Amino acid sequence: MAQQIIFYILAIVISVFSIMAVSSKRLIRSATYLLFVLLATAGLYILLGYYYLFAVQTAVYAGGIMILFIFAILLTQKPGDKIAPEPMRQRLLAIALSVIGLAFTAHIIMHNINRVYTLMDTQITTKHIGMTLMGTEKFQYLLPFELISVLLLACIVGGIMIARRR
Amino acid sequence: MFDVFSNFSSGIIPMEAYLLLSLVMFFAGIYGFISRKSLLMILISIELILNAADINFVVFNRYLYAGHMEGFFFALFTIAVSACETAVAIAIVINIYRNLHNVNVDSLHELHEPESEQ
Repeated sequence: MAQQIIFYILAIVISVFSIMAVSSKRLIRSATYLLFVLLATAGLYILLGYYYLFAVQTAVYAGGIMILFIFAILLTQKPGDKIAPEPMRQRLLAIALSVIGLAFTAHIIMHNINRVYTLMDTQITTKHIGMTLMGTEKFQYLLPFELISVLLLACIVGGIMIARRR
Repeated sequence: MFDVFSNFSSGIIPMEAYLLLSLVMFFAGIYGFISRKSLLMILISIELILNAADINFVVFNRYLYAGHMEGFFFALFTIAVSACETAVAIAIVINIYRNLHNVNVDSLHELHEPESEQ
């Protein structure tokens, strides 16, 4: 029962704050709402039993990416600035499109999952994650890991190249 | 169709509940992506969309293939890729701000080279 209550709380937090994040008038506020959404997602990962993913989500998303966002907002906006409101027609179009898409996809989900899947009791230990990440055999992930490291290097070089003053 | 709500009281969280939750997050992101004009708001919407996709990968992995780890690692790598994407995008946003002094999508056509200089 405690799981359901926690899931309800996280669901309400995610739904409310993700809608507030995209409709807020001030950028810094939407960044804060986005932070709440990301932390609640980390809570969902705990609820599913993936503790390592919780740590990664908290450190990378809620830590790193949010700092980047806040820096960018403070660099490009005066504190307290409001964004000029978008035209009503564009906003109505976007609302209609999202609501239609939401209804359509929710209908598909509700009608195509007709079995009740129960949560099997498995434990993924950090040792197992490390062995899987570093192995070269089948179902092991050394190559993507190396690719990610090259991508991060390229991203550092690209970020410096783009943002430096000429 | 309303199995979701009746299963809720019987002790397990059904998979559809997670999927509907990530669906709401995804379409909030779609709404922001279409309707907002500021580049940073568009980036925030993209983060919401990526996060919803991550939740889906993890939930499918946990409920359908609990012994495997494919979805888990896909979510892990997606988080790393989205960190890269955000860093480069914010570098571009700051560069645009330096040139145009605002970050609206509408003013981006001014970034073209003037025709007369060629």
